[in-house]
Amino acid sequence: MSADGTDDATDADADGPVETVEHVPGTGVPIRGNDIDTDQIIPARFMKVVTFDGLGQFSFFDQRFDDDDQPKEHPMNEERFQEASVMAVNANFGCGSSREHAPQALQRWGIDALVGESFAEIFAGNCLALGIPTVTASGEAVADLQEYVEDNPDATIDVDVAAETVGYGDRAIEVAVDDAQRTALVDGEWDTTALMRSNAGVVDELARELPYVDE
Amino acid sequence: MSERTLYDKVWDRHAVTELPTGQTQLFVGLHLIHEVTSPQAFGMLRERDIDVAYPDRTHATVDHIVPTADQSRPYGDDAAEEMMSELEENVREAGIDFSDPTTGDQGIVHVVGPEQGLTQPGMTVVCGDSHTATHGAFGALAFGIGTSQIRDVLATGSIAMEKQQVRKIEVTGELGRGVEAKDVILAIIRKLGTDGGVGYVYEYAGDAVEELGMEGRMSICNMSIEGGARAGYVNPDETTYDWLRDTDAFEDDPEEFGRLKPYWESVRSEDDAAYDDIVMIDGGALEPMVTWGTTPGQGIGISEPIPAPEDLPESERDTARRAQEHMRVAPGDRMDGYEIDVAFLGSCTNARLADLRRAARIVTGREVHSDVRAMLVPGSQRVQAAAEAEGLQDVFTEAGFEWRNAGCSMCLGMNEDQLEGDEACASSSNRNFVGRQGSKDGRTVLMNPRMVAAAALKGTVTDVREIEEREVPTA
Repeated sequence: MSADGTDDATDADADGPVETVEHVPGTGVPIRGNDIDTDQIIPARFMKVVTFDGLGQFSFFDQRFDDDDQPKEHPMNEERFQEASVMAVNANFGCGSSREHAPQALQRWGIDALVGESFAEIFAGNCLALGIPTVTASGEAVADLQEYVEDNPDATIDVDVAAETVGYGDRAIEVAVDDAQRTALVDGEWDTTALMRSNAGVVDELARELPYVDE
Repeated sequence: MSERTLYDKVWDRHAVTELPTGQTQLFVGLHLIHEVTSPQAFGMLRERDIDVAYPDRTHATVDHIVPTADQSRPYGDDAAEEMMSELEENVREAGIDFSDPTTGDQGIVHVVGPEQGLTQPGMTVVCGDSHTATHGAFGALAFGIGTSQIRDVLATGSIAMEKQQVRKIEVTGELGRGVEAKDVILAIIRKLGTDGGVGYVYEYAGDAVEELGMEGRMSICNMSIEGGARAGYVNPDETTYDWLRDTDAFEDDPEEFGRLKPYWESVRSEDDAAYDDIVMIDGGALEPMVTWGTTPGQGIGISEPIPAPEDLPESERDTARRAQEHMRVAPGDRMDGYEIDVAFLGSCTNARLADLRRAARIVTGREVHSDVRAMLVPGSQRVQAAAEAEGLQDVFTEAGFEWRNAGCSMCLGMNEDQLEGDEACASSSNRNFVGRQGSKDGRTVLMNPRMVAAAALKGTVTDVREIEEREVPTA
């Protein structure tokens, strides 16, 4: 067994740029409904690819297009929401599979932040890996936000990760941001590969102590 | 916070350090990979010029896109062929063991790991697939991860995680006739909800769980994620050790088995362990479960009426209304008698040898209904070979089932095996989401394998307890 890369493991720059995500301002798009699963966000047939490029167009494909690929009524098909970067969703959003294709598709469509009642864990973790905040608010607050976005598609929604607020119109509602998520985004530590590679020596040591790991 | 549970012990043994985010860097004992969620991660490593840190602790198989009929190369589907080629190149370059179809060891990743003894108690197991929780059946801490985390694991042999709470789910009593592990987990999800497990790891315990074989325990742990829990586990015991003793890992190395057993024993939750929550389920009161809707939480006992949305908690009503419209069912109806077009016996939930054997007891000497397309897709090539050796293939094919090769198949319809139009499917898989089985108008009814067999014979969802089980002639 071996742990490669120990030599340059302290060189974080080689592992990619460090970016911070303190707040995400942008116009919104409401996607209503509880338990919206990853099969809806990106149907499996669009996952037969070896890169994430080009997935954006397939976001919510079966909700957005009929059998003849003609657009159906859906917020993401509406002209007024085309520039949106903040998605307002309800409870248990992103449940189902672990496919990172789901947040990858949303990000490539233009989404940089999600505000919702609750998120499935793996989905939220995948979002974090891409630097996309998933902040939560009460059902009532989310419903108000969705209504506001509906009425004001051009208004800026400011998802402030550091302050744990979402500002819109003359309002600023309090939202919850998971501690680790907030720290990671605000301090720019969401690229965990670089972070963890710097501990390669400790990992190797720990592994050797485990009874099931061969010397 | 929980203390002295298996979760706490395994977590502590694998905790490398605390990261600046407050997350723990956790060592990964076994990393399983497949063709759908790994290629992008290998691409990211290449971009950064990083090698795979622990190829020896990584194992690959191909399952999601693999055709289950004609497996000759190149695959008929160009996209599938490209994914397979990419995986072959990635594992070759990194020196990762690959249970590819030419080895006779290929299969669904969550069937392959346990049957080769790769999955062991007290390990951390990850895979880019949400059903990785399956491996928790062995007393491993196992969870699904996304592709960026796969990159992390490939690059560092570890993963950044926050510690979760532990909920003990104690299933008491003795399961009744026709009732299986699948029914237990569907009942748990119904009770606690599809998001009830968010933030929790589930420890499944109680007489009804301990009495189950490894296959049943895997079926329960497998669907932890359908209840919102990223991981679920059963404490290892003699049943676990008996399974392990016969796997590749230990069959020729009893010394190694003896050396590791004390560690396995040591990770069991203590009798005085502290849990964040405890839920009791009366296993003896369960009957075979079926779903009536489009989330795995929308399940009922086969004799129960479909609930009216207005009788459900407010947060579930909209979803229920949409589900009933999609499934074309009405409150008060029973699922018993619901016409089906397809019967799918397969998936990482229910396509192991024990599942096939039980279903065979229903099917043997009978015929699949003339309006039903019935498919049996074994979980792995080894399951397939073992089933063929004991004559199960004949039992199923003589009854009218298609006998396919191993893969994920119609559980998620990434290969050719898909529902068409608004077909209804009695399925032993794990998700009844709209569009899940390859057709957005398709209708999935989840149930245990014997119930699928019964539905295939009758052409409708039916109560398997009304069909007499028969001895299966052995080959």
